Amino acid sequence: MATVLEMKGITKQFPGVLANDHIDLDVEEGEIHALVGENGSGKSTLMSILFGIYRADAGEIYVRGRRVEINEPRDAINLKIGMVFQHFMLVEPLTVAENIVLGSELKRGPFLDYDTAVAEVERLSALYGLKIDPHAKIQDLSVGLQQRVEILKALYRGAEILILDEPTAVLTPQEVDELIEVMRNLRANGTSIIFITHRIREVLAISDRVTVLRRGKKVGTKPTSETNAQDLAEMMVGRKVLLQVEKGPAKPGDVVLEVRDLAVRDKRGALKVNGASFTVRRGEILGIAGVEGNGQTELVEALAGLARPESGQILLQGRDITQAPPLKIKQWGLGYVPEDRHRRGLVLDYTVADNLILGLHTQAPFRTRLGMQDFRAIKENAVKLVEQFDIRPPYPHQPARKLSGGNQQKVVVAREFARDPELLICSQPTRGVDIGAIEFIHRQVVAQRDRGAAVLLVSAELDEILSLSDRVAVMYNGKIVAVMPVEEADEHKLGFLMLGGRLEDYQAAGGNEVAR
Amino acid sequence: MLDRMKRIPYHVVVAPILAVLLAMVVGSLFVLTVGESPLAAYKVLLQESFGTARGFATTLQRATPLMFTGLAVAFAFRAGLFNIGAEGQLYIGAFAAAWVGFTFTNLPKIIHLPLAILASMIGGAIWAAVPGYLKARFGIHEVINSIMMNYIAYFLTDWLVTGPFQGSTMIPETKRVAASATLSRLMPPTRLTTAIYIALIAAAVVYILMWRTKLGYEIRAVGLNPTAAEYGGISVAKITVAAMAISGALAGLAGMEQILGLNNRFIQRFSPDLGFMGVAVALLGKNHPVGIVLAAVLFGALQTGAAAMDRLTSVPRELITILQGVIIFFVAAEYLFSRFMKVKGEA
Amino acid sequence: MWKILTMLINTTIFSATLRMATPLLFAAVGGIFSERSGVVNIGLEGMMLIGAFTAVAVSWYTGSAWLGVLGALLAGALMGFLHGVASIKYRANQVVSGTAINIFAGGLTVYLQRLIFKMAGVSEAVPRILDVELPLISKIPWIGPVIGRQNPMVYLAFLTVIVAHVVVFKTAWGLRLRSVGEHPAAADSVGINVYRMRYAAVTISGALAGVGGSYLSVAHLSRFVEGMTAGRGFIALAAMIFGKWNPIGALGACLFFGYADALQMRLQELGIPTQFVQMLPYALTMIALIGFIGRAVAPKASGQPYVKEG
Repeated sequence: MATVLEMKGITKQFPGVLANDHIDLDVEEGEIHALVGENGSGKSTLMSILFGIYRADAGEIYVRGRRVEINEPRDAINLKIGMVFQHFMLVEPLTVAENIVLGSELKRGPFLDYDTAVAEVERLSALYGLKIDPHAKIQDLSVGLQQRVEILKALYRGAEILILDEPTAVLTPQEVDELIEVMRNLRANGTSIIFITHRIREVLAISDRVTVLRRGKKVGTKPTSETNAQDLAEMMVGRKVLLQVEKGPAKPGDVVLEVRDLAVRDKRGALKVNGASFTVRRGEILGIAGVEGNGQTELVEALAGLARPESGQILLQGRDITQAPPLKIKQWGLGYVPEDRHRRGLVLDYTVADNLILGLHTQAPFRTRLGMQDFRAIKENAVKLVEQFDIRPPYPHQPARKLSGGNQQKVVVAREFARDPELLICSQPTRGVDIGAIEFIHRQVVAQRDRGAAVLLVSAELDEILSLSDRVAVMYNGKIVAVMPVEEADEHKLGFLMLGGRLEDYQAAGGNEVAR
Repeated sequence: MLDRMKRIPYHVVVAPILAVLLAMVVGSLFVLTVGESPLAAYKVLLQESFGTARGFATTLQRATPLMFTGLAVAFAFRAGLFNIGAEGQLYIGAFAAAWVGFTFTNLPKIIHLPLAILASMIGGAIWAAVPGYLKARFGIHEVINSIMMNYIAYFLTDWLVTGPFQGSTMIPETKRVAASATLSRLMPPTRLTTAIYIALIAAAVVYILMWRTKLGYEIRAVGLNPTAAEYGGISVAKITVAAMAISGALAGLAGMEQILGLNNRFIQRFSPDLGFMGVAVALLGKNHPVGIVLAAVLFGALQTGAAAMDRLTSVPRELITILQGVIIFFVAAEYLFSRFMKVKGEA
Repeated sequence: MWKILTMLINTTIFSATLRMATPLLFAAVGGIFSERSGVVNIGLEGMMLIGAFTAVAVSWYTGSAWLGVLGALLAGALMGFLHGVASIKYRANQVVSGTAINIFAGGLTVYLQRLIFKMAGVSEAVPRILDVELPLISKIPWIGPVIGRQNPMVYLAFLTVIVAHVVVFKTAWGLRLRSVGEHPAAADSVGINVYRMRYAAVTISGALAGVGGSYLSVAHLSRFVEGMTAGRGFIALAAMIFGKWNPIGALGACLFFGYADALQMRLQELGIPTQFVQMLPYALTMIALIGFIGRAVAPKASGQPYVKEG
């Protein structure tokens, strides 16, 4: 088969992170090529460069043997490259046909030739087996059908190389099967497909070859027939030196948090948490591992009272907090370090001192009888915490915006930990944080556990989970699919489970089972 | 103290000053079109508004209602809300004050006056709370509802003043308020009253409320990052309504000054865009009481000086309205300045 | 009872309705263009006022009222463009920019009025666009006097509504306009220049508002009166919302508001204070907004500056 696309030595640097490090990729004509990796591995960046959304710092792209420059999406489209984004670029109140022709409209004079547009959509729809009603409005369509519209959009513009960015992340299992059928049809019609995913099951189900990226570098490319789930998991996750944290054995006490069959929808209405159940005891750390997007965000927000669960129960020390407001849950003993400190955790334009009392500002000693704020108490609190948590620079009156990521996180951590909560939830606590702060935060987490708090740690970083947790759970597709003591867990097993594998299929000692 | 002074963000002050200067340059162009010298025109303006005791008193009087509306708009801005309804709120507040003023004629001043003032605050607060509630509950943008409420206020007071509460003759105004509800003149024959003290006190109260109380902490948090505020246990809905209500109360006080201080009766459509000028004052004053007081005095000076300029030169007084519009324009397009100034640390 | 009915429904009132609705129509359609592209235009009032004045000034100097209308169109377009520069390029708060234009227009028109005409309050009389009578149509019983004997600008307004409807909903440009206002990133991703579309839309809105203002000064009357728009720019905004950002819908709303306006005088004879009728458009808009649950219908990206990624 001829090579239809070649990317050589692609390098892209963002502030603070080398997203793509001299990556080579080649795609053959008419193949389905899977591009896999964990969060932050650089797969989205690479494809964004191919589609002209970003410009590479170095490297070359060859399409059908010719060197090309792709500076904006129009260039990519002209080269017959199409991309279906994870976040759909569809205009909701408009119809399918209108969305598909937008920007490349068929016209009669100034008028939109709607009838011909509809006919075109029907033609493509039949040709590729993508059933859709051209007159339907996007806002009335299911997510799976909306994705179909995005694919048709690319095909309408003559795409011969189609990039699908995490196409199954938003689909139900049934829709995934339909998509796989669609991809087979496309391949039969000569379209080459690159699809980005972190779900091994799908990779094995449909792709011809798979390329694995890890931390901005390419690990390798293999024909799918020559690999299996374990192999892929190992390539994706790699053998890393774990950050060893000094910690003694856990002494778990009674149950502090109990979650029963929880279901939570996200803002788009998709059911992101789909029957999750687990418990956390006093004096232990339960780590929930999982690739982002499997419901962890929604789970944690629901526990903190910031999202309304659809069904199920949350019990904090026996008390039902399922529908309780955030302030009450805080008062009943929750400390919560959110995953997005800029949006949720901090008011960046407030000073460090003001941020350190957020959520506590309604109580004494920070608030006096008359409703005034007690600045002396606020300052004392800040000075104390800044020192205790080594926040740098140690000026409580600085705006939080001026601090580095690690120090900002330490502000959030200081605020939540210093209250000695009963239940401590930490979500992606060391994301975007420098190594020194990471170690500090990890030690604090263990200290909280030893003090007797129940700690729920949610992280996409496997080594963080493995080094901190006493028990490990894996979240996949909105459910907790496995729970085990940390001694029984290792990165291969967890990686396998995180990517959709089933525990029964996994052989611990260098297993060579193929997950199907 | 020195430590506090070091923390005054000087770069924040540069943009408003630049905006005013630029506006004056634009104004100069207009002055030239009538064949006058800009320097001469501005000199007359400044001399009248600051050079004489009476002139300065008039400047302060004109500044007073602007301080109130400026504080009102700024207060709402801090909560992330755009209160463009200050005009309507001040009309309702004004009428409330007038009504109390001419209805309860047997009360001693020490009760009557504060009662009338309070009435203006309550009137304005209620009028502003409506768009606030509609935003909190239904998510409807407060701008469009505030504008609607403005017009309802205009027509409502039109009816009140030409109908049931019309004073003696065919003039569209109410009876005079009783002397016991009148603010004392500070420097007759100028119209400066004790309202200026109330305005300065209001500025101080706003400062304390916003930067020294729990409520102020919550309001600012909602304005800066409602998502984090929610996480901190703050009810964004309650803060929205509360902030609008307080904002409305401040606007109502502007109406109070016009009734109990300036005119002593409610005259139909008395306001020369005081509410909208409040937007300019708030923006120029960077939504801070100190800046607002200064900006209000500037605008008051412009208006006072304009009258003299109109008399003594051939520059029409409307130049001032143009200037005011241009100032807002430049302050709004602040991004324009950030490209020229490369200010560090400013978003 | 019958007397009330004939007072409410007669040719004079309907004729007046069309005349009252005309300036609103121009401005409301202008507002629709702007908002559909994602730019909130609170400055319609100011743009109308400047249009009104420019029409009078040009008519005075050239002797032609139609040239005055053209002048108003250009002046309004300029103001619209300025609003665009502030909102799009410099990402100013769109409501603030619009308010600035309103204040500026108020001052500028009075300033120029006194400069040029040297009179306070009103300008000199200038040539105006005279009413016409359509030969056959005006003879039709009942409808005849209403639509057959009108000012040409009234016909122009209705034509504008139809053209706007076709442009927004039936042309490719209109499709792009709507996409830019609903999901600018999506439009950008298919190669549409979001900034250029918005500039075009907001300039058009200024032009139309200017024309609407010119009707007041050189068609309805024949002079400029200070502040003559009297809030019509805001009623136009209300009509736009009421009409769900749709020219035909806005037409219905403007006719309704025009009717209320025409009705004022009549209702006074019935003992209903005119001011309550005058309040109607505004109160009804507020209620309507609750019914639509706020933003459910407005172009989704309205009011937010678009910043390209990348």
